[in-house]
Amino acid sequence: MTEAEKSYDLVVIGGGNAALCAAITAAEAGASVLILEGAPKSYRGGNSRHTRNFRCMHTQPLEVLTDEYSATEYFADLMKVTKGKTDEKLARLVISSTQECYRWMQQHGVHFQPSLSGTLSLSRTNAFFMGGGKSLVNTYYRTAAKLGVDVLYEAQVTHLELANRRVIAVEFTYQGQQKSLSPISVVVASGGFQADLDWLASAWGPAAKNFLIRGTPYNKGVVLKDLMQSGVATVGDPTQCHAVAIDGRSPKFDGGIVTRLDCVPFSVVVNKNAQRFYNEGEDVWPKRYAIWGRLVAAQPDQVAYAVIDSKSLELFMPSVFPPIQADSIAELAVKMGLNAIALKQTVDEFNSACGDGDFYHNQLDGLATQGLEPVKSNWARPLDTPPFYGYSLRTGVTFTYLGLKVDESAQVQSSQGPIENLWAAGETMAGSILGEGYLAGFGMAIGTVFGRIAGAEAASYASN
Amino acid sequence: MQAIEIVDIEGIKSARRQLEICNACRYCESYCSVFPAVHEQRSFSDAQIKQLANLCHNCRGCHYACQYSEPHQFNINIPKALAEVRQDSWHEFAKPRMLAKVFHKSPIAVTALVIAAFTLLLWLIQYFNSSTSGEGASNFYTLMSHNAMMAIFLPAFVLPIIAIGMSIRAYWSEIGGQKITLSHLSGAIGSVSSMKNLAAGHGQGCNFEDEDRFSHARRRYHQATMYGFLLCFGATSAGTLLHYLLNLQAPYDLVSIPKILGVSGGILLSVGTAGLASLKWQADRSLSDARVWAGEMAFIALLFVVSSSGLLLYWVGSSAWLGELLAFHLSTVLAFFLLMPYTKMQHGFYRMASLIRDEQRKQTLTANNKN
Repeated sequence: MTEAEKSYDLVVIGGGNAALCAAITAAEAGASVLILEGAPKSYRGGNSRHTRNFRCMHTQPLEVLTDEYSATEYFADLMKVTKGKTDEKLARLVISSTQECYRWMQQHGVHFQPSLSGTLSLSRTNAFFMGGGKSLVNTYYRTAAKLGVDVLYEAQVTHLELANRRVIAVEFTYQGQQKSLSPISVVVASGGFQADLDWLASAWGPAAKNFLIRGTPYNKGVVLKDLMQSGVATVGDPTQCHAVAIDGRSPKFDGGIVTRLDCVPFSVVVNKNAQRFYNEGEDVWPKRYAIWGRLVAAQPDQVAYAVIDSKSLELFMPSVFPPIQADSIAELAVKMGLNAIALKQTVDEFNSACGDGDFYHNQLDGLATQGLEPVKSNWARPLDTPPFYGYSLRTGVTFTYLGLKVDESAQVQSSQGPIENLWAAGETMAGSILGEGYLAGFGMAIGTVFGRIAGAEAASYASN
Repeated sequence: MQAIEIVDIEGIKSARRQLEICNACRYCESYCSVFPAVHEQRSFSDAQIKQLANLCHNCRGCHYACQYSEPHQFNINIPKALAEVRQDSWHEFAKPRMLAKVFHKSPIAVTALVIAAFTLLLWLIQYFNSSTSGEGASNFYTLMSHNAMMAIFLPAFVLPIIAIGMSIRAYWSEIGGQKITLSHLSGAIGSVSSMKNLAAGHGQGCNFEDEDRFSHARRRYHQATMYGFLLCFGATSAGTLLHYLLNLQAPYDLVSIPKILGVSGGILLSVGTAGLASLKWQADRSLSDARVWAGEMAFIALLFVVSSSGLLLYWVGSSAWLGELLAFHLSTVLAFFLLMPYTKMQHGFYRMASLIRDEQRKQTLTANNKN
């Protein structure tokens, strides 16, 4: 009998961190588990492949984590980024569970490493996975296999048949055939919909077609949309996604962490008409990079160009591709496909608006332009030392906020009450807790905590 | 097998493209010595890439952890990229160039030919010795005098060592090596003695024979091979010293320094090489330099034959086949030493140089951080 025909206590939809945490937890509780992963084996793991750390509260130094990070501070950080758009009960549940998760993750094969070079600011709050998220995913698949969890790759779930607030069938395609399973419990952990550009465009407008998707091309939100059509309750702004400005030469999908570009504060940033459009030095980059996704999205063709000179080249982390290099601004303009005269004029105006003062790259130095619109309020040094370097910028979508509404037991809700045998974990329900903004390593925290809850609840339901 | 003709510029370019992506990611920082060295740079000179390539132990941890490996369009394959640069770097610095070129055209055939020629030569020497002396084959030196052996073996050992020394000197200057101190040396020897770079930062071993499963198999077989080789080398050196300094001649008792070292070393070397060959057979060949896979396998086989034929000599004792077996065993040893400047054996010398260079980098960094 093949996996597609056996009967299982639990079917887990999705194959990333949350799905694996659910599957492992349920299997350890004695449930028979099948994972339906939509991606092929080489791309398994959803957006977890691209993650690198886990935001973890701790009351004292915990191995790779320095100092302490209290639940109060953690919650305050969350409130700051979400501007209050969170479900406080669920948020506090996640935060208070993270410390225990650290050990659970280790017990299930995850190894942590000290904060990576260039990320020292996270050494107190975030525990980095050795080898990154794909390594974590690999480890969990090995752990799950030892527990007897079966996995089908390229198994795309198309429909959950609901009757009387119960999932009665999980329909999916596998090896070109339509299959159906009727497990006792179902966990959905199949991510958001950011790889469905049509869906993004219907929410954002046609500009979204020019966005780059930083994560997996397999998160198309098929199960999310199907459940929405079945009347399941959702939470989060359906029109919003977390978007940042990334290297414009990045691939359409799956570029991940390396597409990050941290040069904006030290740059003159122009649109395709070689005109500046926003204060590049408004604040330190960690507090500003998220708004630049939207700023670039609002420019013609959703593209922008950052220009620096050789003084600034080594002030930020290297990006995936070397910058475009030229000995003059005009030559750089030509290489980047911009009007040379217009760019020269913009840079000249900028340069003559730069005043005297001391430059400090790692703090707000107040070195601002005078009489220039828009102003550059920090790090405004003239571009005068060749060679000059340029990067193109595009909007990179990291994740979507719309998700399934769940309660503290991860159970999926509807207007008539909870769905009796359906639980959700990970990005597909994260909008409940992270309604806006972004907090590094928090997605993995939500996925791990709710994955484990969903797995335990689903197994306990199946055994009764 | 593809012959290595010229220094492959494309190989270095490909490695550079990939390392620049690694440098923007950094997820693999704790796996081995390569990544901390990468993350210290903004851009990579050819020499730096050669140094990184020789620092890489092909443990493959980074590859299975990589979010950008095939089929991703970035197509990152660091173990393969660095293996190719590493191979090219050895070829670039090999001395004399002409012999390296001949060897790399058909390494297996050259090795087989060398063994066959020496076997014949040594057998002929024995034949004429025994027909003139009229004695039976009761021990080695009635078959071949110690002096005759030394006349052949000393240059066969010394000349290749000189060639390798010249190569490493050129390599050291290319990678910007500085004056070597005791602490550089002890750091590098520490890495080698425990094969730290095959253990990963978490000490669970490497990903070699079974995709992303961490295992110590390769590390242990490699150490058996390395220590087995060193013991055998110790046995030969001890025997030479006993012969010349104390005038004690082979064969030695079982409880004697040369035999204890030789037998234990021979067993370790046989087990280690058999293990390495089996792992190499199971491992994914696309994560190594495919051009030299067969040659590397042949080299492991040669080491296995050296050690197992040596052990067999103890076993066979004074039987009728001693002469032939002795000629064969000594020929494999000769081939091993003579071809050393061009075979996989080079990796030990280059690896050591790169580990010392990396110790210098680390100690400079620590000193700078203190200031």
